[in-house]
Amino acid sequence: MWTSPGKLRAKGIIGMNQRNIRYIGRYNDRRLYPLVDDKLQTKLLAQRYDITTPALIGTVSTQFGIKRIHEMLAAHGGFVIKPAKGSGGKGILVIEQRDGAHFVKPSGAHLTLEDVERHVSNILSGLYSLGGSPDVAVIEALIDFDESFAEYSYEGVPDIRVIVFQGYPVMAMMRLSTAASDGKANLHQGAVGVGIDIASGTAIRGVQFDRARHDHPDTGHELASLRIPGWKTLLELAASCYEMTALGYLGTDMVIDRQHGPMLLELNARPGLAIQMANGEGLRKRLDLIERQPEGVSPEERVAFAQHHFARSSELERVAQEAAEA
Amino acid sequence: MSRLPFYLIVALLLVTGIAMSVHRHVQFEVPWTPGEQRQVWEIEAQVDFRADGGPARVEMALPSTQPGFRVLTEHTASPGYGLNYLEENGARRALWSVREAEGNQQLYYSAQVLVAPNAEAGDVPPPRPVPNVVWEPPYDTAAQEVIDHAWSRSADPFTFAQQLISDFSDERRGENVRLLLTQFDRSPLLLRLFHQAGVQARAVSGLTLENGRRRQALNIWLEVYDGNESALFDPATGQRGRPDNLLLWENAGQSVLEVQGGTNSRISFSMISRNQPAAAAVRSQVAKDADTLLNFSIHSLPLEEQALFQTILLIPIGALVVVLLRVLVGIKTSGTFMPVLIALAFIQTSLVTGLVGFLLVVAVGLVIRNYLSYLNLLLVARVTAVIITVIAIISLFSVLSFRMGLNAGLQITFFPMIILSWTIERMSILWEEEGPKEVLIQGGGSMLTAVLAYLAMNNPWIRHITFNFLGVQLILMALILMLGNYTGYRLLELRRFKPVTED
Repeated sequence: MWTSPGKLRAKGIIGMNQRNIRYIGRYNDRRLYPLVDDKLQTKLLAQRYDITTPALIGTVSTQFGIKRIHEMLAAHGGFVIKPAKGSGGKGILVIEQRDGAHFVKPSGAHLTLEDVERHVSNILSGLYSLGGSPDVAVIEALIDFDESFAEYSYEGVPDIRVIVFQGYPVMAMMRLSTAASDGKANLHQGAVGVGIDIASGTAIRGVQFDRARHDHPDTGHELASLRIPGWKTLLELAASCYEMTALGYLGTDMVIDRQHGPMLLELNARPGLAIQMANGEGLRKRLDLIERQPEGVSPEERVAFAQHHFARSSELERVAQEAAEA
Repeated sequence: MSRLPFYLIVALLLVTGIAMSVHRHVQFEVPWTPGEQRQVWEIEAQVDFRADGGPARVEMALPSTQPGFRVLTEHTASPGYGLNYLEENGARRALWSVREAEGNQQLYYSAQVLVAPNAEAGDVPPPRPVPNVVWEPPYDTAAQEVIDHAWSRSADPFTFAQQLISDFSDERRGENVRLLLTQFDRSPLLLRLFHQAGVQARAVSGLTLENGRRRQALNIWLEVYDGNESALFDPATGQRGRPDNLLLWENAGQSVLEVQGGTNSRISFSMISRNQPAAAAVRSQVAKDADTLLNFSIHSLPLEEQALFQTILLIPIGALVVVLLRVLVGIKTSGTFMPVLIALAFIQTSLVTGLVGFLLVVAVGLVIRNYLSYLNLLLVARVTAVIITVIAIISLFSVLSFRMGLNAGLQITFFPMIILSWTIERMSILWEEEGPKEVLIQGGGSMLTAVLAYLAMNNPWIRHITFNFLGVQLILMALILMLGNYTGYRLLELRRFKPVTED
């Protein structure tokens, strides 16, 4: 049931306290938080740095403006409504398509326009924002996610979390939503986390509820063959978020769009630690290595450095081979 | 980035805190433990009145040493007033006088009273019998019948008093008594009846001592004599004998407060109990005259504020428990310091009552909040609706439990209602978004934290230390600063990350 601090240290696992003091406290300037805590600001900033993000349909900032949502959405079948200052994926409403006057969620649940308006009203009054402060609702185009991932996801869009430390991509994982996680990509709610090799963009290892997993629990598809297209571009995109925000310890959430390729979904100045579980490896050694690197290296060089030093072989393939031999 | 200043500050806080505590221990003989001590009550009387503009004269009864209590020291604060202590027939009184006074006036009197079971009363002569009690018809016959009724069923003055008072109780109140009560107040009426029956008796005023109480009033008690023996009776219940926590403030049957040259006079009492060695109690009083900055102590404040501080100084202990549980253990709570406020409420209500009350309110609140979410309300309006609901639930529970004879239920009102409402709101959203499991985890974490914080804050030794040694606050500060610097693993992380270490 319990392990010892010594064993965790040997694995290089970073704990919550260490993350907060040693990395977030030291490398993330408080002043810069609004850039990432406000998704609208992140989006506008990303546009200036030529970083692709999902198209913006519109924003609602007043209760009065809610009445205009109907017109705003008229031309769009699917869309996503999220609070600009939300955290932990709270308050994100995904509408996949319409069915007459109804809006259909990925789960198949039907919502009326009133339901959608209530959701926006809740967002504006700060229900989902940090500290309950009044918020803005951001409406984005639905991501048309790459068909090759259809087998790996249940209802939701699989996203890729890359931890970027001082501009270097240090660790990555893909989060696959499941029936247990209700289509959400949060690991503690039951999504499957798949560690991704920084060098090749292939799966290393999968976990659900902190236990090893070799296939998707709902689709039954094995995870070993998971390979992310445009991996290098994705890493460079993630790495350039460092120049964009100047935050030293950053979680970047990316998605792969069928037409536009890798896109930045959102940034996180306090990325969680579950990525270590998905990779079966602690962050500490990689972060120590990066801390010894000089400043002022271009994103492409940083990605090349990371791909060279953080290459790993898949545990999933080994498991698959062993199974085949047996 | 150098951490040196940080460690210097921590060291400085620790050294100062320890030095202040040791100084207080050595200089003022405040013991480290609350044990083997005498209980000392500090009682403060505050007289308020509105002066007419001319000369004013205020006379107030003073407590004297009596069975159960010994008066140690007394102080007054009354700028501009002349003060005299009068003593006649064993009754002590303070007389304040001033030539000219206008507007609101406040006079203070405070006394330190030692709980001393062996203390002897001063000599207060028994009241003289009152020869003629005049009643107007038809009260005269009613009074006589009431007396005869009680007289026939009693053997001596004490049993007579008991019978008479019990005839005044609600269920046995006869027609005559009801008639008399339309004209007279209960206590003066009882006294008249005693006098009429030739029983020596007087009305005295007592203060019920309860720690940390403020704005208390005196209660009337009846002292009945049989020869030289006397006994106290509670005019409300007929109960005989003095409760241990009753201090007789006025014991000669005179008025408690007399004001000339003023109106709207009022007297109220605050009190606080402290444990001190009896000798030190007296000595610290001597040292008080040489008040220095080093004797920087809460005890130099007025009693009313001291009572408040007794609780305030405990809050850092509760906060420390929260910090320990979050930083070292990794327990999730709903609202960072909400558990401390709940723990403070537990101190007022006692643990079991508090826990049951808290769970009831939150559970019912969650059900009602669930309905509110269908009404599509703005957040602030919804939380306000929850606040009103919480108040309604609390009132309902109070009334219900009172009807069922559970007085403990009344204490539910000690809960911080706004905090409860936000807890309900947050739990409800958590339920919708993350499911009941997360609600159980965070709710359970909050309860566990609140209970541990309560156990720490209610510990007699911790109460003693925090209230008597202000230096402890600095030590706590240093501890919390050090905890804020802890980068090691949390206890629950040893379980969370276990799978990683397995292969």
